[in-house]
Amino acid sequence: MKLTLNIWRQASEADKGAMHTYDLDNVSPDMSFLEMLDVLNEELNASGEEPIAFDSDCREGICGMCGLMINGEPHGPEVTTTCQLHMRSFKDGDEITIEPWRSSAFPVVKDLCVDRSSFDRIIQQGGYISVNTGSAPEAHSIQVPKEAADRAFDVATCIGCGACVAACPNGSASLFMGAKITHLGELPQGQAERDTRVVNMVGQHDHEGFGGCTNIGECTAACPKEIPLDVISQLNRDLRMAMKHGH
Amino acid sequence: MAPARLGQRYGSFVATPTLVKGSRSTRSTIALKLLMAVTGLIFIGYVLLHMYGNLKAFSGHDAFNEYAHHLRTFGEPMLPHEGLLWIIRVVLLVSVILHVYAAVMLWRRAQKARTVKYVVKKHTGAIFASRLMRWGGVTLLLFVIWHLLNFTVGKVNVKTGETGDAAGDPFNLLVDSFDTWWLTLIYLVAMAMLGAHLHHGIWSAAQTLGFAGNAQARWFWRKVAFTTALVITVGFALVPVSVLVGIIEK
Repeated sequence: MKLTLNIWRQASEADKGAMHTYDLDNVSPDMSFLEMLDVLNEELNASGEEPIAFDSDCREGICGMCGLMINGEPHGPEVTTTCQLHMRSFKDGDEITIEPWRSSAFPVVKDLCVDRSSFDRIIQQGGYISVNTGSAPEAHSIQVPKEAADRAFDVATCIGCGACVAACPNGSASLFMGAKITHLGELPQGQAERDTRVVNMVGQHDHEGFGGCTNIGECTAACPKEIPLDVISQLNRDLRMAMKHGH
Repeated sequence: MAPARLGQRYGSFVATPTLVKGSRSTRSTIALKLLMAVTGLIFIGYVLLHMYGNLKAFSGHDAFNEYAHHLRTFGEPMLPHEGLLWIIRVVLLVSVILHVYAAVMLWRRAQKARTVKYVVKKHTGAIFASRLMRWGGVTLLLFVIWHLLNFTVGKVNVKTGETGDAAGDPFNLLVDSFDTWWLTLIYLVAMAMLGAHLHHGIWSAAQTLGFAGNAQARWFWRKVAFTTALVITVGFALVPVSVLVGIIEK
């Protein structure tokens, strides 16, 4: 396959950045998207040009490190992570535009790498349960209804990649927060800190400069883990309950 | 990375690498959304009543005028003359101020949340109406101002050029107005915009109030939103169109 790639280049956070065009030959349809970029970087390296910086880690779709805006869709045209997207999803001669996540809360570090530590700070504000460490308690000592356990598990699959924020026209991180709120809210262990969790997480979210949700649904369409939109309704409900309880 | 570099790094952004203390639910973006949802539901209740009143035009001159008059004497003598009308007006005015305030705050926040735009951006998963909310809302606000100047404050009969009481009784003013094609056109465009606003707005309100917490409820509220938007748009469009084609006459 022969491709034309329009890629965002930005030397540093202070740099203004611009789109650059690269032609790439001999792309195999079996390559992953990141392997295709690896090939491009080898060529750039050989020609003495600075390779393109992009994030990746596990390359098996479970860590949440990779994430590129590909032709206007986070992680590209398939419901998966960028590392699990393969070049067979494209055609010979295609032009592909690759950009970093665009969010004021995810500043560009270099080229396609963004700093998502704002997500870590949201989690620090309540995306956990406070328990003493020690020997694990007997698994059957706290019973969880099957439906609740299933829902908690489904939404706990969020890998924090930031595709929801990248897709959202408002730059909101509501799907990310909703997943954690729903995950812990469905479980008995999550009840003690339920009110303070939602208020503190939303407070941090707003402080980081993420936008407000307008229930458009582009986040859930972009989510590689298919987190459903109803977690945002759950988030809103939890906040309303916390408001009622005076938090 | 050195700590000094970190502080410097965030200096130019909204975001700061600090953890917020003392967050309040009432100061959050979700509180603004709740404000929009509740005031939006007040508007929906009102437009349903307004639509019912308009449809009285099909019962003829006397029934329509009687209804219009009764709105002013409703609740007398417990309420003063036009008492109910003024209560509704005050509630609506306060609601519109809060609705617009919340919208402007969220709109500004959204603009700051993405200062560098994408070169290419698709809108997968979004219904068309959801992309019209802000400018559609501005259009509706301008329409409401126009509508009030036309029928409430000015009582302008665009056909005869008369204003105030000389413009005719409510029924005759209605027929004269919608016999004018361009006025009917303005109203039909505005009602289409209202329909789009409600199509996304009703669903959005349900989602914000936390009523759409599972797949079934989400499906239900999507349907409720679409149906209500359709009923309101068609219900409002019926009277002007019927006047224009001659089904409703003086």
